[in-house]
Amino acid sequence: MVQRIKTFISGNAPLLTTIVIFIIVYIIGGQLYPSMQKPQVFFNLFINNASLLIISIGLTTVILTKGIDLSVAGVIAMISAASAALLKAGWSAGVVIPLMLLIGIAFGFIMGCIIHYLKVEPFIVTLMGLFFARGMAYIITLSSLTITNDTYRYLALTKLHIPFFKSAYLYIPSLIGPILLLVTFYLLKYTRFGRTVYAIGNNEQSACLMGLPVARTKIIVYSYGGLCSAIGGIVFSISLLSGYGGYAPGMELDAIASVVIGGTLLSGGVGNVIGTLFGVLINGTIVSILQFNGTLSSWWTRIGVGLLTLIFIGIQSLFYMRKKHS
Amino acid sequence: MVENNQEIIKMEKIYKSFPGVQALENVDFCLKQGEIHALVGENGAGKSTLIKVMTGVERHDSGHIFFEGEEITIRSPQHAQIVGISTVYQEVNLCDYLTVAENLLLGREPHNHFGIDWKAMNERAKHILADLGIHIDVTRPLGYFSTAIQQITAIARALEITSAKVLILDEPTSSLDIHETEQIFRVMKKLKNDGVGIIFITHFIDQIYEISDQITILRNGKLVGSYETNNLPRLSLISKMIGRNLSDYDDMKATKLETAKNIDKEPFFVANSLGLQDAITPFDLTLHAGEVVGFAGLLGSGRTEIARLLFGIDQPDQGTVTFDHTKIKEFSPIASIERGVGLCPEDRKREGIAGDLTIRENIILAIQARMGWFKYISLQKQYELANHYIKLLNISTPSPDQPVKNLSGGNQQKVILARWLATNPRLLILDEPTRGIDVGAKAEIQKLVLLLAEEGKSIIFISSELEEVLRTSHRIVVLRDKKKIIEFTEEVSEQKIMQSIAGGD
Amino acid sequence: MKNNTPLVKRFRQSQLFWPLIALSLLLIVDAIFAPNFFKIGIVQGHLYGNLIDVVNNAAPLMLVAIGMTLVIATAGVDLSVGAVIAISAAMGTVLINPALGNELITNDILAANATNTPLWLVVVANLAAGTLCGVWNGFLVSRGKIQPMVATLILMVAGRGIAQLITNGQIMTVYYKPYWWFGNGFILGLPVSMYIVAIVFVLAWLLIRKTSIGLFIEIVGTNSRAAYYSGISEKNVKLIAYTFCGFCSAVAGLILSSYIHGCDANNIGLLYELDAILAVVIGGTLMSGGRFSLLASVIGALIIWTFTITMYTFGVPANALLAGRAVLVLIVILLYSDYSRRLINRLIERKGQTHGATN
Repeated sequence: MVQRIKTFISGNAPLLTTIVIFIIVYIIGGQLYPSMQKPQVFFNLFINNASLLIISIGLTTVILTKGIDLSVAGVIAMISAASAALLKAGWSAGVVIPLMLLIGIAFGFIMGCIIHYLKVEPFIVTLMGLFFARGMAYIITLSSLTITNDTYRYLALTKLHIPFFKSAYLYIPSLIGPILLLVTFYLLKYTRFGRTVYAIGNNEQSACLMGLPVARTKIIVYSYGGLCSAIGGIVFSISLLSGYGGYAPGMELDAIASVVIGGTLLSGGVGNVIGTLFGVLINGTIVSILQFNGTLSSWWTRIGVGLLTLIFIGIQSLFYMRKKHS
Repeated sequence: MVENNQEIIKMEKIYKSFPGVQALENVDFCLKQGEIHALVGENGAGKSTLIKVMTGVERHDSGHIFFEGEEITIRSPQHAQIVGISTVYQEVNLCDYLTVAENLLLGREPHNHFGIDWKAMNERAKHILADLGIHIDVTRPLGYFSTAIQQITAIARALEITSAKVLILDEPTSSLDIHETEQIFRVMKKLKNDGVGIIFITHFIDQIYEISDQITILRNGKLVGSYETNNLPRLSLISKMIGRNLSDYDDMKATKLETAKNIDKEPFFVANSLGLQDAITPFDLTLHAGEVVGFAGLLGSGRTEIARLLFGIDQPDQGTVTFDHTKIKEFSPIASIERGVGLCPEDRKREGIAGDLTIRENIILAIQARMGWFKYISLQKQYELANHYIKLLNISTPSPDQPVKNLSGGNQQKVILARWLATNPRLLILDEPTRGIDVGAKAEIQKLVLLLAEEGKSIIFISSELEEVLRTSHRIVVLRDKKKIIEFTEEVSEQKIMQSIAGGD
Repeated sequence: MKNNTPLVKRFRQSQLFWPLIALSLLLIVDAIFAPNFFKIGIVQGHLYGNLIDVVNNAAPLMLVAIGMTLVIATAGVDLSVGAVIAISAAMGTVLINPALGNELITNDILAANATNTPLWLVVVANLAAGTLCGVWNGFLVSRGKIQPMVATLILMVAGRGIAQLITNGQIMTVYYKPYWWFGNGFILGLPVSMYIVAIVFVLAWLLIRKTSIGLFIEIVGTNSRAAYYSGISEKNVKLIAYTFCGFCSAVAGLILSSYIHGCDANNIGLLYELDAILAVVIGGTLMSGGRFSLLASVIGALIIWTFTITMYTFGVPANALLAGRAVLVLIVILLYSDYSRRLINRLIERKGQTHGATN
């Protein structure tokens, strides 16, 4: 039994480190600002970071294949602008939402095809995606469009009360992230598709020689990333009840930082979406601490996340260096 | 027991040409069930082209391929696998971070109604490996295990996933030690009994005689012949392979004796109980100018570890080195080069050449590094140096501006040698300088080693091939299990050295 | 094939070939659809016109591209250049602020054409800040052994926060006119920024061609282990590349903040990391490192801005231009993919052959 626990710990060290860091950061916050101890503050993490969590999940699968998707925040902006414009034109939410999801999938699909078949660096292709998505958003609308659609308003304003916690609540869209997390976890761990994702990240050529469907998997991964970004965009526009091309500036950086803090290696093949969840939570906790402080300016968030990324990368490289030696 | 006379794959009158080269010319090849068939030849003999044709990587220009009696066209590597031809390369093409079980079964992993059934998968993987006599924890990442285990996993995968009838093993043993090689051989023998036809490509003559039933020899793209192993003496195998008399080597003995006279009495390099935990047990070593010291021992015996220590890639944790009567304080490649030490590393591709750069740039690399950042060697001087060494070492290339990756292995090795010769070193450490290069180039390099010794350089010569070490070295150091065992200063027989390598009483 | 004169062939194999083709294609499009594009006039003794705009606007990007080329050639990448631009611009504009050191701050003082810090000190501080960022990146990559993309990501994430920290969250405006000169001035009718680019380019060229650093960078990018085994301090080579890239970004920050008379830490140099990488890739230097060409990267930067200004002259609104840039990236991708290259090469070769046959 002790042996098994040991193996478990050594096998999951990066993930456990992330969780421990999250707990430490949260406890420090609670000690500094007692009002942070309220359960609602914890649930607010899910409310405030709903979109970030969703795009980070998509990004994790992409990074696991040794790829990167810089277009995530651009797609959020594009989807928010497009859905706001369509809803304003009188389309029903039942049509707009599926359409937006399709657009997201198509977007990722095209990028995936270019990356795989033309053998171009994912970095460059998704950069194109970022430019394109933001540009499209600005072409759709140059200013922020308000959403007045009833369905959207309902989704945005309905509070879900949490059992066992008095007066703690979530909104409906904040549930999407955790659900998507479970789905992705299942896909990565219990399907051939998921294991192929890891194999590709390990060594694409080997995966190919092992007879695994590399082309299909890579394209699906980018399509899935596009889908996640589109869902993120819908959630984003629901929470702000508006759409605009300038939304979520630089959120791709937060997402990448969350994935890295969550223990996924940017070199691919190693990582986990559960870690990503905690990466996002750590990111959100730092923001909350700064908000509770009140006197610290907003830019400390960026510096804090940057520092944390540094620390975590340090831990990771130590861990993997040691592993290689043994 | 399967009946072992059925032909699985038969190739007839295969022709294949690349621009400017006739790679295969009228080659026949036949593999039977339950046969271990060694495919041998120099580099460039056409072995790899033949394998590429067989596995669908390349299409032959003309000729016929029959698989189990029926003529087929192999369209792609995937198609080859479906037909039942699998290849396991020296560099294992699996995923280090995935578990052994996944590496074995991914693509045909067991499922339950929920998804992948991990428990069943681990069980099955354990079973499959146990059948091959390997008992390991299959839930560990593949990267934890030795190359032999990784190769066996690859073999097991080939058999399990594609139910291979033909297994091609491309130099599987070239980086394995004797125990690991035995592990692979056990697996091969078992598969042979199961009726799998195995094509075994190797440079090791001993291994061919140990395990193969049949030998097919290629030379310059043509078939020399196919022989039963038992009916083909070693000497004739070698002469058929290189098509040249071994007398090339004979005059080396005289040269060696001649050069032995010039060895300095006084050592310039003295290592005293130098050692590093887990790498090499403390050892003493003296080096003299004008002397070739051969390191004999198996892979993993500590040969490369000593080389790395002497060159300063690894820092020793005990012992001292005196160089020209001064104690060395700093161990690093830069400091070593400063002292006049050079190293041709074992892994030529990864540690030696910079493939995309030209021959000229590769040659001037070390001397430029020694001269520093601001004394840039003029282009004219660079060409002079490059042309000088291309001529001196007989590097075959149209111009010094060719990228090094376009050269053959032997010529690449010469480029690395030239890089060090340009720095005019006092001590040159050659770690497997003849690995993976053709026999002709091997002889050239061996002669060069003696020539350099004659010029007064001190040379450490490391090789897996005992003959080579014997032929070139004035003194032979034998290593076993990361320990220096003995030093032979007199002429000794191969037999005696082998005994000390093998150990025991 | 043999009838190809070596010069033509050498040119075709040179790294400059494809970027130059792309640039000429763009200019041809301009020549056909917007002949005014090439008009160059003289106002107050300065040249002006679209071409001058291209050069002046592209100057910061050309600088960053020069630094980025060296970094990419070592098989690395520097994602922090945009943030470094912000940091160095913030440093310069804060120091120049005449309110600095004054106890009593009034609007008059703030908006005065004056400064308490000598200009040279401002420039030095600006450059030092950026160079220091480069040193930091270089240390993380070479000593910390962290993947370049990850190591520079840290500064990319934190950099704009640091810049805001320097400016205390303010959007800085510079009223001190001499500072405007770097981005808006003219010497002998040509923009000052052009001269700055030329100086940095020559500096970089001397660095890589007259010392062995260029060779070392290529070796490190091709095979860093071989470099180490040959006695090259691969750590220092990388450190120099990243430091130089930080320096180039700092110069770009100086020009940019001078050009817009101020610094908004959140927006200055935004997406420059991506544009710079794009310029280097257009220039034909592989992301995997090794062979590089500074001139090709500079041409790459010119292509990006020629395209941008062309779009402006066609009346594409600035906000939609991002989508236009995406189209540019797509074209680059298509042109540079192995597949299309092979196709084009084959076409040219076939043409050469038939040409040779008729001779």
